[in-house]
Amino acid sequence: MNALLLLAMLFQPARAPDLDQRVMTLSEQFRCLVCQNETIADSHADLADDLRQQIREQMIAGRSDAQISTFLTDRYGDFVLYRPRVTPKTYALWFGPFLLLGGGLYWLYLFTKHSPSSSKLRTLSAEEHRRAAELLRIVADPNVAVYRDQFAELESDFRAGLVVRAQYDRDRDELERRLIEDCRE
Amino acid sequence: MKFAVPLILFAVLVGFLGVGLWRDPHLVPSPLMDRQAPEFHLVRLDEPNLSFSPREMLGKVWLFNTWASWCVSCREEHPLLEALSKADVVPIYGLNYKDKRDDALNWLNKMGNPYVLNVQDTNGRVGIDYGVYGVPETYLIDKAGVIRYKQIGPLTLKALEETILPMVRKLNIGLQP
Repeated sequence: MNALLLLAMLFQPARAPDLDQRVMTLSEQFRCLVCQNETIADSHADLADDLRQQIREQMIAGRSDAQISTFLTDRYGDFVLYRPRVTPKTYALWFGPFLLLGGGLYWLYLFTKHSPSSSKLRTLSAEEHRRAAELLRIVADPNVAVYRDQFAELESDFRAGLVVRAQYDRDRDELERRLIEDCRE
Repeated sequence: MKFAVPLILFAVLVGFLGVGLWRDPHLVPSPLMDRQAPEFHLVRLDEPNLSFSPREMLGKVWLFNTWASWCVSCREEHPLLEALSKADVVPIYGLNYKDKRDDALNWLNKMGNPYVLNVQDTNGRVGIDYGVYGVPETYLIDKAGVIRYKQIGPLTLKALEETILPMVRKLNIGLQP
């Protein structure tokens, strides 16, 4: 009998921390209704103390985590669940962000596909080169004078070896395209 | 025109946030609405050797008000409860939530007692069964013992006049509110 008691005493303290751990782990899944941004495990509200005590007692009584969860939602509603259930009511919450992300990506795709930047790399036709040269030569507009300076600068950079051939061609095409565009208006 | 889509999305977002701004996050709809009021047997505050159970109220429309002497908002709603009690429209029963008996009795002596009777929920167990998360909370219970309305926080004249009293009237003559 004494030996049994001793055994019981030996095992008793070992079980308590386990239970504490279980109570804390489960409490972390529930929202405290008083301090709504805290879990029942974290909150110091009186009600959270009481609910932790409830959870502990129900665990000792052998009820499962699911049963305890039902006990709480029956009284406080789904709001106590920190991780909302997937029900038709919460579909927007669960899947809405992915829909928005998908929609945003699709919109971005359409936007970049139709934007003029994708046609930038198209090389200019001979006709366009001629037109640009002509505009530079004959138009007295101050805006075109700015282009003239830019062409001169690009030209001198290229001569000085500061710009490689491919870059020079690309920049010149770009300048010519902008010049033609500006003079069209 | 190019920015119509982002602009509309922005407007929708502002709409959602705007609505959210004006909602009270502390009002959590109770799952007990339109369900049977939880059963209990608790000791009465005035007569500790007598007990009370909501079963005794079957056949009557009544208010069940949770309060405590330490609760500040309970002082706020107390004059309304007093007036309601004097008008004798609906009986008010009290759940004295997590309170000391002496404190509660003193409070009633000083402030006036609008309750038909009070029960003591010393450890807050019945409060949990009723989903109480902040006193005061008030339940309107019908003749069949079903919770028909829950006021979270102090009663207001507006809630009484616009919601609770019309419901009481209809429930009393057997109409569905």
